[in-house]
Amino acid sequence: MTKATPILTVLAILAVVWYAAAVWMNLDLARTFADDDATETEIYLSTMEQERPKLPAPHQIVEELGTSLFGYPITSPRSLIYHSYVTASAAALGFALALILGVLLAVGIVHVRTMERSLMLWIIASQTVPVLAIAPMVVVVLGNIGLTGLLPKALIAGWLSFFPITTGMVKGLRSPDPMQRDLMRTYSANGAQVFAKLRWPASMSFLFPSLKIAAALALVGAIVAELPTGAQAGLGARLLTGSYYGQTLQIWAALFMAAALALVAIGAVDLARLALVRGRGGRL
Amino acid sequence: MTAAPTLSLLALFVLGGVALNLLSRGESLTYRIATPVLFGVILLLAWEIACTGYGVPAILLPPPSGIAAAFAKHLPTLGADFLQTFIRAVIPGWAIGSAAGLIAAILLDRSPFLRRGVLPLGSLISAMPIVGIAPIMVMWFGFDWPSKVAVVVIMTFFPMLVNALAGLEDAGAIERDLMRSYGAGYRTTLLKLRLPGALPFVFNALKLNSTLALIGAIVAEFFGSPIFGMGFRISTEVAKMNLDLVWAEIVMAAVVGCASFAVLALIERRVTFWHPSIRA
Repeated sequence: MTKATPILTVLAILAVVWYAAAVWMNLDLARTFADDDATETEIYLSTMEQERPKLPAPHQIVEELGTSLFGYPITSPRSLIYHSYVTASAAALGFALALILGVLLAVGIVHVRTMERSLMLWIIASQTVPVLAIAPMVVVVLGNIGLTGLLPKALIAGWLSFFPITTGMVKGLRSPDPMQRDLMRTYSANGAQVFAKLRWPASMSFLFPSLKIAAALALVGAIVAELPTGAQAGLGARLLTGSYYGQTLQIWAALFMAAALALVAIGAVDLARLALVRGRGGRL
Repeated sequence: MTAAPTLSLLALFVLGGVALNLLSRGESLTYRIATPVLFGVILLLAWEIACTGYGVPAILLPPPSGIAAAFAKHLPTLGADFLQTFIRAVIPGWAIGSAAGLIAAILLDRSPFLRRGVLPLGSLISAMPIVGIAPIMVMWFGFDWPSKVAVVVIMTFFPMLVNALAGLEDAGAIERDLMRSYGAGYRTTLLKLRLPGALPFVFNALKLNSTLALIGAIVAEFFGSPIFGMGFRISTEVAKMNLDLVWAEIVMAAVVGCASFAVLALIERRVTFWHPSIRA
């Protein structure tokens, strides 16, 4: 309770500010469309229920979320569940690819000196490059050689999320200190044993924080990958069509859905971490 | 016919691998820089040989030489895009967003109650796909640079807020006690101890934000832009299959991203010279 109180207070402040902003931003439009005999109160109230408000009030977004989530069958292109599924599956596939590749690369970097010296600088430098700029080209080029649908989006999601996994994992595999490695040597453990019993377990507490970042990035990658080709489905497509047709409610609903998906993804990573902690008897 | 490129690729990989292996044994700084540079050169050469040797259509993947030529040919276009995206959108947005985040952190820091509420929400929002806000900002502020600045401001605000709050907390109890024993008040403690102590965190956020700002501005241009801008150029030229210009644009984005990061890292070294990570 003591932890929730400040968060709830801040959320309440946000809601008040939001409603005030909605009234202020929608007032012009409300005046334009109001009947001649509308009273001032009616005009102010109508800022809360416009069809294409400049800033929808929170309850309008909740309503829109409600109808687009539960109002249509989930296979319908008007259902937000359908669009979320399209985006989430691309993000999840990309995340899985990134996890495999990122961990393999990290193992290579830690064990093969040539790989470390050749790759590490590029991996760090690539963090500073706006990778998302490549997204439209990748989607179009892969589309041209016949790869459409899930895979191009998954590749971009994977490309984005693979860097934090690699850097986190490299740090983690290197985290055992010389004393622990010396201990392994006194046990006359060979390389594979040091890896399986010391480095790998030690890396897990570094892997999971980077996995959270990676999961969020995979989602961003999948959404942005849906923008350039005028994709028919997915949260990115919802954002794009919403912006073409001025459907502000649709944009905000898609945005909140994307935020919810990010929460689910981060929560899933946390669950996996908890499962691992339990399997190891309470430690990570 | 296809034997020649295959053979030269093979030779390149074997020779390059041996050279990398030898170089990576050196310990001095020269070797440490030469190895990744050689790796990059090998990759570029392999790309060039594969593209020209196997006759990959330039419409799918132009060779590096083609990209370089396009870069030189379209220099005026690239310059206009750089001005529109980087100078007009990225830099102001990054500066405003980071400054606002820092000021908000200093204000919030005075109220532990609000800080406990804002910190989890701030980290949560940092993990959200904020770029999605771009179409809304384009509607509010129009197609030109103000909407891009708005996206960048929102994207850079929260990482700075979260990092600066953590940084302001970083001053240890002993240092605070020392300040108190000097009779220093809130303002003096803030200016002489806690803000300087927070600088490593602030620079961390500034560096992170420099990449985020570039991404935000480019993606925001996908939703509408006047007739120039890096994101606008990328999305329209992709549609026209002018891939060499798109690649030139991406090269520029990469160089700009790396350069801003490097400049910030240099300033950080000068300003936080006392920090253990730099003295070491």
